[in-house]
Amino acid sequence: MTRGPTWFNITSLALGFSFLYLPIVLLVIYSFNASRLVTVWGGFSTQWYVLLLHNQQLLDAAWVTLRVAFTSASIATVFGTLAALVLVRSGRFVGRSLFSGMIFAPLVMPEVILGLSLLLLFVAMDQARGFWTVMMAHTTFAMCYVAVVVQSRLVGFDKSIEEAAEDLGCPPVKTFFLITLPIILPGVIAGWMLAFTLSLDDLVIASFTTGPGATTLPMKIYSQVRLGVTPEINAVCTILVALVTVGVIAASIVTKRQQVQKERDERAAFGADTAGTS
Amino acid sequence: MAKKSIGPVRREFSPWESPDHPPFIEFRNVTKKFGGIAAVNNLSLKIYEREFFALLGGSGCGKTTLMRMLAGFETPTSGQIFLDGQDLAGIPPFRRPSNMMFQSYALFPHMSVEKNIAFGLRQDKLPASEIDGRVAEMLRLTKLEQFAKRKPHQLSGGQRQRVALARSLAKRPKVLLLDEPLGALDRKLREETQFELMNIQEELEMTFLIVTHDQEEAMTVADRIAVMDSGELVQVATPAEIYEAPNCKFVADFIGDVNLIEASVAEKTEAGTTLRALGTEFTLETSQTTDAGVGDKVWYAIRPEKVRIAQGRREEGAVNQINGLVWDIAYLGDVSIIHSKVGEGDHDTLRATFANVSRMVENPITWDDEVVLSFDRDAGVILTD
Amino acid sequence: MAEEHVAPPVKRSLGGWLLIAVPYLWLLVFFLVPFLIVFKISLSQVAIAIPPYTPTFDLGEGWQAFWENFRELSFENYIWLTEDALYWKSYVSSVVIAAISTILTLLIGYPIAYGMARSPQAWRPTLLMLVILPFWTSFLIRVYAWIGILKNEGLLNQLLLSLGVINEPLVILNTNIAVYIGIVYSYLPFLVLPLYASLERLDGSLLEAAEDLGCPPWKAFWKITLPLSLPGVIAGCFLVFIPAVGEFVIPDLLGGSNTLMIGKTLWVEFFNNRDWPVSSAVAVILLMILVIPIVLFQNQQQKMSEKDG
Repeated sequence: MTRGPTWFNITSLALGFSFLYLPIVLLVIYSFNASRLVTVWGGFSTQWYVLLLHNQQLLDAAWVTLRVAFTSASIATVFGTLAALVLVRSGRFVGRSLFSGMIFAPLVMPEVILGLSLLLLFVAMDQARGFWTVMMAHTTFAMCYVAVVVQSRLVGFDKSIEEAAEDLGCPPVKTFFLITLPIILPGVIAGWMLAFTLSLDDLVIASFTTGPGATTLPMKIYSQVRLGVTPEINAVCTILVALVTVGVIAASIVTKRQQVQKERDERAAFGADTAGTS
Repeated sequence: MAKKSIGPVRREFSPWESPDHPPFIEFRNVTKKFGGIAAVNNLSLKIYEREFFALLGGSGCGKTTLMRMLAGFETPTSGQIFLDGQDLAGIPPFRRPSNMMFQSYALFPHMSVEKNIAFGLRQDKLPASEIDGRVAEMLRLTKLEQFAKRKPHQLSGGQRQRVALARSLAKRPKVLLLDEPLGALDRKLREETQFELMNIQEELEMTFLIVTHDQEEAMTVADRIAVMDSGELVQVATPAEIYEAPNCKFVADFIGDVNLIEASVAEKTEAGTTLRALGTEFTLETSQTTDAGVGDKVWYAIRPEKVRIAQGRREEGAVNQINGLVWDIAYLGDVSIIHSKVGEGDHDTLRATFANVSRMVENPITWDDEVVLSFDRDAGVILTD
Repeated sequence: MAEEHVAPPVKRSLGGWLLIAVPYLWLLVFFLVPFLIVFKISLSQVAIAIPPYTPTFDLGEGWQAFWENFRELSFENYIWLTEDALYWKSYVSSVVIAAISTILTLLIGYPIAYGMARSPQAWRPTLLMLVILPFWTSFLIRVYAWIGILKNEGLLNQLLLSLGVINEPLVILNTNIAVYIGIVYSYLPFLVLPLYASLERLDGSLLEAAEDLGCPPWKAFWKITLPLSLPGVIAGCFLVFIPAVGEFVIPDLLGGSNTLMIGKTLWVEFFNNRDWPVSSAVAVILLMILVIPIVLFQNQQQKMSEKDG
């Protein structure tokens, strides 16, 4: 779409983004509120952050959450990339519809169903619930998201590059690692980050599939929230928001810089062509 | 009288003419079906060492499929393919002694020019010093020395094409396959590159197989051309033979411009054939012989540059002469193409082409002039299909 | 080359089969088999035992025991669900709430996506980042933030009271309205992103052609832009509606005791009543309700991935 934005467009964008960001901004502000109450502004204070640092339960839960997220994201990325390869490259095979069904269904499946079914599986397998069961549960739904992200990268991939590698003597498996993977790597990394975030954030599935000693941060936040809004939770949330914001902005800046450099290079090369110095 | 040959240019290199000379590449009864449709249909072809061979045809004629079967990216439904005496059945692409230059260049975007060229050599696990030497040689050959460390996105289209060429030559393959390599280049660059390719091929004494839809390209670079249509070979011959002795209307029409005169066979002698053109009823005497019988319908194919045109009328009783009325003129600067009506019907036109050898011309030909068109006895070819 | 390409049967090496097998087996075990187990449990009865249902199948007990256990399975739970009004009301209410929320999300999300697609090229990466950023921050946190805004002493009421727009605080928290706000807010990126992708691909020259032929811009939107953006609209709506039907966190934190949503019902059945068989039956019926939209969604995804390939 090439035509410029109208006033309606600009207004809807402004309103829309305000709507999206308002609650988060308010949360951040109130994490510095000396008063416990939302109704009263008691002055600027970082007391809740200090209290947070001494809240061992919260810190333990955060550590569990990070470990689960990191492990499940990494395994999910491997499985998800394999699944994407199958979807794009393997052509027709027996049971293909079932396979693609199993990849796309978890993307929309209500979490209570996923959580319940996985728990019942673990019970049937006589598997003790805890860190590993949560990890396996997260891996399962995260790999589907990774598959979708990597698949969109693979679909636009120029197959003749792989053929060229094979033509020059590189066997197929080696071609994947030397040629294909480096080129789709941004998609794979995006998939990992997506899987990490989904795991970090999950409440419902973790509640079903976890066990003693493996309480995750969302579960802790949820149980405290049910008792009422606590400023310590505000502090936790603000920290998480800050971390994510820094991460996303950093990633955007890096990608933008790479993009600008690439365009500059291409323009210089094109200039060489038309100037006849090729 | 001196012996006559096809075309004004003589070629020294012609291994296909000796029956004992073994073919370097052979397709034997090769068929390739996709679904129920045959892209290549029971095709047999012999290509000789050090030939620059062109597969020429329109979209969908099967030329690319044929080449990909040689490279190993498609498997023949039936038939065999031999390279240097070796049956290629069951051998995957990465173990074949052929290399391909891809239409899209297919350069590895995350590797520099040097690494791209070295890639194939590294797969063969050659010692590092030898790899460096070969890479340097290729860079010199394709004049890319100053771009060695750049990545593909930092190169222009012409430079990328040379990298693709260097990369595919680095392993000194038994045959180099070129898949429409010059399509993306502008006209001037394309012409320069065609001559460069020919020089490289001669210098390295390699066999090249090029797939193209551009007849000028095929005529320029190739020792022999195979014209393909619907998965089958129509004619395999040198450019001169293809142009001056096409074996059917398809080839005559596909390459260059041609006049196709519908005629019936009036008389056959040892010295040649007499034809009577249908519609215009003028008599053609040609030194060609034909398998067609008297009274059969044939076509007489004569290239426009072989038709002489002059203002005036036909002499009474003269042979291979016909009266015409200038209908349309295309002045291209170096040549002029004159369309003349020679009869009542819409198709009764003849095209004559001549080079504008004089800058200043007295009384040049113009529209509606009465002209006479004439040609020699061996100017055309009789075609039966 | 314009050659006819009907996909031929692929000859696959051992490595090719292994590639398919690894993710396939994982998903079979961890996605498909659990559903079968849920179905089986839904046919069982609750028991004070570990695990809290009966019968339990123990392969070690042999074939005879298996058949005895099998005969104990029944559809009792399903019949009970149909008898108790709470359940079928929850299903209907969930679908209705999800549908209304989807429409609201569409009404709010379409202008945002449209605005993004019309903005100058230089702005777009930033706008995209702004849409995605909330998605990366915790879902739970964002829902929780709304509690502080919507409750009786919350910020919204404070603002409206101080402006004199209302005299008494509006009761929004713990009602269905809060649930709508919560769902729209949380799922907005899921609708905006595919819709934006669809709108961005729209060829601007189509609109110029329409104007050239005498069609005013607002009409061109209805006749050209909207219909062509339909795939994005449909994808976005599926991504909102289907999970919203089974949503738990939002109705639990923002809804009231009379907000009937099946996700909450299932949770309560499982964690509070410890009735695994009934929870399973609830899940099975929910799945059956959602099966058609899920299959439609998958077909659309499949078609789109094949089209680009």
